[in-house]
Amino acid sequence: MSSATTTPERRSGRAAARDRAQYGVCAFLALVGVLVLVDAVQIGHATSSNDPIGPRPVPMLLGVLLIVVAAVYALDVTRGGTGEPEGGEDVDLASPIDWRTVLLLVAAFVVNALLIERLGWVISGSLLFFGAAFALGSRRYVLTLAIAIALSLATFYGFAIGLGVNLPAGILQGIL
Amino acid sequence: MIENLTNLLDGFGNIVTPMNLLIALIGVTVGTAVGVLPGIGPAMTVALLLPVTYGMEPAQAFIMFAAIFYGGMYGGSTTSILLNTPGESSSVVTAIEGNKMAKAGRAAQALATAAIGSFVAGTIGTLLLVLVMPMMVSFAIDLGAPDYLAIMVLGFIAVSAVLGASRIRGFASLLLGLVIGLVGIDRVTGQQRLTLDIPQLADGIDVVVIAVGIFAVGEALWVAAHLRRKASEVIPVGQPWLGRNDWRRSWKPWLRGTALGFPFGVMPAGGAEIPTFLSYATEKKLSKHPEEFGKGAIEGVAGPEAANNASAAGTLVPMLALGLPTNATAAVMLAAFQSYGIQPGPLLLERESTLVWTLIASLFVGNLLLLVLNLPLAPAWAKLLQIPRHYLYAGILFFASMGAYAVNAQPFDLFLLLILGALGFGMRRFGLPVLPLIVGVILGPIAERQGRMALQLSGGDLSGLLGGPVSYLIYAAIVVILAWPLLRRYVRRPK
Repeated sequence: MSSATTTPERRSGRAAARDRAQYGVCAFLALVGVLVLVDAVQIGHATSSNDPIGPRPVPMLLGVLLIVVAAVYALDVTRGGTGEPEGGEDVDLASPIDWRTVLLLVAAFVVNALLIERLGWVISGSLLFFGAAFALGSRRYVLTLAIAIALSLATFYGFAIGLGVNLPAGILQGIL
Repeated sequence: MIENLTNLLDGFGNIVTPMNLLIALIGVTVGTAVGVLPGIGPAMTVALLLPVTYGMEPAQAFIMFAAIFYGGMYGGSTTSILLNTPGESSSVVTAIEGNKMAKAGRAAQALATAAIGSFVAGTIGTLLLVLVMPMMVSFAIDLGAPDYLAIMVLGFIAVSAVLGASRIRGFASLLLGLVIGLVGIDRVTGQQRLTLDIPQLADGIDVVVIAVGIFAVGEALWVAAHLRRKASEVIPVGQPWLGRNDWRRSWKPWLRGTALGFPFGVMPAGGAEIPTFLSYATEKKLSKHPEEFGKGAIEGVAGPEAANNASAAGTLVPMLALGLPTNATAAVMLAAFQSYGIQPGPLLLERESTLVWTLIASLFVGNLLLLVLNLPLAPAWAKLLQIPRHYLYAGILFFASMGAYAVNAQPFDLFLLLILGALGFGMRRFGLPVLPLIVGVILGPIAERQGRMALQLSGGDLSGLLGGPVSYLIYAAIVVILAWPLLRRYVRRPK
């Protein structure tokens, strides 16, 4: 795993606008590497004739490799390497990242995670769907809410009651 | 050989019950529907449906997965023909000629040759699977722990270094996956690793949560960040059919595509992109109408589609025989095996013989159902492409949360899901491939166990890790893969 293993990247037409945020990825990888090493040192030393190396060497190896990869990655970036953002049917890469939508989606997601046990899936799931659809630009509120409630009721009855999937009834226990 | 055929017949016997056929029917319908939906690939489909199948028998769950496996691919080709924006890299080539055909008013023929070609390739590919898989098992059954370790390492290197545009980004993704796979209590010694003293992490992170987080949540967030505000144009389509001339021009590309696709699928580093491109190039060269290429040549749809499906059938060979997944869908299916407590590997065929043969038999049945069901339904599927995107991606988040919660019934997993989704988002932003990560998560713990077993057998002597002739050969292959950029430079210079 040396620098020789990196292939020259497909360079974008605008080489001047180099993607400096990639150094953040390198820092992240190195940080994970350090974390893994620190954790590995703290693992109790337990070897036996059954298990000559114990639980430590593998995380040690991974931690070192992560730091090496982070360094090579950084080298690749300084040489002008860029990763191509993933495309897709509905992806318009010409537009910048729409952080408002992403954060609203995350908020809807967190609301569901916080409320699912207390209010139950039917309510928290409806909020999740409604919130996510709103974040993505749905403005027909009544229709969206109707779809949200229909979906969560259908999944609750179909999966939780029909197939025995774990979904909480919450405060609607006894009503549903 | 005869024994395998008997087993396969038993497998057919197992699925031909009304309940199982119904499950297969639901599987192909759901698989095609979500495959047609933009933004949802077969891997995400299987990941999202994993929790739903918890209440089912393993055999029924696998009948459903097999149906989704082929159904998702069929749906993918519909999208690329009618929308010209392929969802998976393997259907890029189909889009080239397929969309041109659709624009020229031949969408019906393009869909028909894709569907029938997929059926032909899927059926031949599954037959080859029946022949090749037991052979690979009988070779693998005598291998020892060091050999398995070598095979796993080959799998790691292959998915990181060969498939994908950048090796260093592949390795970064692989290492992140291996680290995620490390979280939890060490099975051998009972020591906690990377659990950060959080009790919910002691059992490790459930692979369903990882797959759903990376494939579904990550993808939904990424698409949301770049959502195309103007809906893309869908080409209307009628009943798919082929004229006599189209048949004459299609059947040879189907067979050639199958012949190209299957071997690439079986190889650990094959993938579906190379054979589809090769098939396209071959058809262009052999065609009697080379002038039509680039303007909607039917051969350019028939060949690559067949190659794509045959390669998918091929990937099941290493998955079932060695427990080695080489594409994302196979990786998620392997995770499904594990969640039923079934250990993949060469012993799978022996221990879970009924299950494996039922799975293979259901591949045949699913393939046939797809053809019968989807030729008449194509216009209905095309309508699905017009679903409002805010409902589509809200729905993905909705089902992802439901599935991840259902695994352990703890809200903690939902936060984990969000973190993994953010990781998936970041990886898509920086062009890190996701396949190495998921393969690392699934194979990492197995590789570590094999390595430690090898050392146990050698009494701690590190040479025990290297093993014998088979692993030497595999390590030689790994060295060639790693040194390939250097070798290639050397090979090309004399020209």
